[in-house]
Amino acid sequence: MSGGALAGDTAGASAQTADGWRSRWGRLYLQSEGIRGWCLSAPALFVVIAALAVPIGLLVLFSFWTQDYVDIDTTLTLNNYQTIADRTIYLTVFARSVGISGLVTLLTVLLAYPLAYYVAFDVTRHKMVWLVLITLPFWTSYLLRVFAWKIILGYDGVINSGLAWLGVIDEPLSFLLYNPFAVILTLAHAWAAFAILPIYVSLEKIDRSLLEAATDLGDGPLRRFWRVTFPLSMPGVIAAAIVIFIPTVGDYVTPTLVGGPSGLMIANLIQTQFSKANDWPLGAALSIASMVTVTLIACLFVWFSKRATEKIA
Amino acid sequence: MSTQATGMPSGAAAATDPSRFIDIQQVTKRFGASVVAVDAVSLQIARGEFFSLLGASGCGKTTLLRMLAGFEAPSEGEILIDGQPMAAVAAHRRPTNMVFQSYAIFPHLNVGQNIAYGLRKEKLSKADLRRRVDEALEMIKLSGYASRGADQLSGGQRQRVALARALVRRPKVLLLDEPLGALDKKLREEMQIELRQLQEQLGITFVFVTHDQEEALTMSDRIAVMSAGHVLQVDDPHTLYERPTCAEVAAFIGSMNFLKGRVRGRENGQAVVEAEGLGTITAEAVAGDLAEGAAVLLAIRPEKMAIADTAERAPAGAVEGRIAAANYLGDRSHYYVNLPGVEKPVAVAAQNVDRETEGWLQSGAPVWLSWQAKGPILLPAE
Ligand SMILES: Nc1ncnc2c1ncn2[C@@H]1O[C@H](COP(=O)(O)OP(=O)(O)O)[C@@H](O)[C@H]1O
Ligand SMILES: [Mg+2]
Repeated sequence: MSGGALAGDTAGASAQTADGWRSRWGRLYLQSEGIRGWCLSAPALFVVIAALAVPIGLLVLFSFWTQDYVDIDTTLTLNNYQTIADRTIYLTVFARSVGISGLVTLLTVLLAYPLAYYVAFDVTRHKMVWLVLITLPFWTSYLLRVFAWKIILGYDGVINSGLAWLGVIDEPLSFLLYNPFAVILTLAHAWAAFAILPIYVSLEKIDRSLLEAATDLGDGPLRRFWRVTFPLSMPGVIAAAIVIFIPTVGDYVTPTLVGGPSGLMIANLIQTQFSKANDWPLGAALSIASMVTVTLIACLFVWFSKRATEKIA
Repeated sequence: MSTQATGMPSGAAAATDPSRFIDIQQVTKRFGASVVAVDAVSLQIARGEFFSLLGASGCGKTTLLRMLAGFEAPSEGEILIDGQPMAAVAAHRRPTNMVFQSYAIFPHLNVGQNIAYGLRKEKLSKADLRRRVDEALEMIKLSGYASRGADQLSGGQRQRVALARALVRRPKVLLLDEPLGALDKKLREEMQIELRQLQEQLGITFVFVTHDQEEALTMSDRIAVMSAGHVLQVDDPHTLYERPTCAEVAAFIGSMNFLKGRVRGRENGQAVVEAEGLGTITAEAVAGDLAEGAAVLLAIRPEKMAIADTAERAPAGAVEGRIAAANYLGDRSHYYVNLPGVEKPVAVAAQNVDRETEGWLQSGAPVWLSWQAKGPILLPAE
């Protein structure tokens, strides 16, 4: 209707001053919720389109092209996806990535939960100080921490030399580094802060009278935890799991540094396609395939854990 | 059912004196070094009684209730329920259930699951569990609400669910911490009646915490008035109102005029008192030392006084005063009357029975005050 008013006005007065346009525009702006909405969200929309939608669109486009030794063949085919499905190496590595990420997520949440629980329920004063102290190691660079683990787990590392000094071993243990175990350990440590904080927040939010009500209704401490505390902290656990799982599947620094050949993950393969192998379309297809799969897994996980929490009670 | 979980020897129940069903013996609760929330409180509550703890905010009502529930341990003293000492009984094994001030409805469960929460230990079959939940819902008039989410309930409904969740366990004692405090006035009055009916019907002992004296008076069999961690007086509502034993109780329940006085003698079991403003009168002594010459407080309720606009209309012995303020409330009027030699105006409540002549006295008008012979009582002066 404001459009109609505008048309009528323009027809009526042909000689418009700049001032008139401004006030007319101002009136329109105030009258139409739609215009206001678009204007206010324009900056954010621009960033999202430029930084997210365009790159992903390009990636999707690339994944339907093919590498032709030197050139890129821009006819649209599904060849790359065919290759991924045919060659088991990709599936194996992808399955391994998901497996490692799942274990990392599980381990991190299991380690973080008691810490968050302790701060939320047993610390009465200076909770903030505790949180800062717990997350302090994570203020250093991620790379530094990965290297620190290399030093701890390495052939001449802290553990091996310590054990040798104690006389427990004659020869350094070689299974500590350059395998999936090292990757899981390093990543679990690296993500700890990201798990502690959301879990802490969801625990802290729980109304203490709910816990007393559970006790009053006959639940001992363990049963009460299982029937009230845990289900109510589930949003924090889900958030932590998602925040850890998704970037872990795509991590390539840690596997490169401490993973060895048996600890390689999908991101290492993708990186190879874009660099050494110089097959960008295949790399793009691998990226898209893993993005879609990870999204599906994450959605399934959220849906499943919601269902499971409902069941508990 | 839940009562057996406490593992009480069966002989003890028979031996328990029913008037000491809950026996609170010299219980003190300290928080830290300086806060004494409950101070040497002794109370006996009978089986099946509707017992209220009444007092201003911060006087220790909740703390006492939480000690009964087992959420706090007494610093000193002992609590027995049905003859059994509670000191070694954990909160989740006590034969009590609580309706929390905030209701504490589990947000992740629906109404039916909330009510069934405490029945898990009874290992009921699915059908039995359903029947118990349905019965409870019917009792609180929320039949058909079993699958409602906790967030889809109004305040009054949440309150009912909290009540059903506690009662469905058939506790020996139900503890209620200001359960009606968050409801609006009309709903609160409805719930007062419903709660009282429910209690009589079930015969469960209720310990009810409130700061609302009217609520306590309408609902309770007996009331303990608390102040600063102490119990001031325990009595039935009528005695508490008509025969308060100290000025603090007299002032807290209803309104009361206090006049300073001195005992001059005794006559037919009553004390003859020289009271400021009223002259020499006789009054019943409720508590305290009444030796001749003792300083006392003469307490008289506004509705036990009468007001007249001329000396002729007033009975003999009326005292003259002047109206300081008059509030017309329709059915009645409240007058504040300055008496010679009395600091604070005396409050008088008059029913406006006669359309023509009553309820029209204005400030500044001279009036004559009289009182019922049994109206004034004597309390020890502080
Ligand atoms: N956990 C606690 N720690 C310290 N002081 C407390 C605690 N609980 C209650 N108190 C204090 O004890 C007194 C009585 O509190 P409470 O029993 O809640 O009073 P009421 O329920 O009558 O309002 C108050 O002064 C309160 O500040
Ligand atoms: Mg309270």
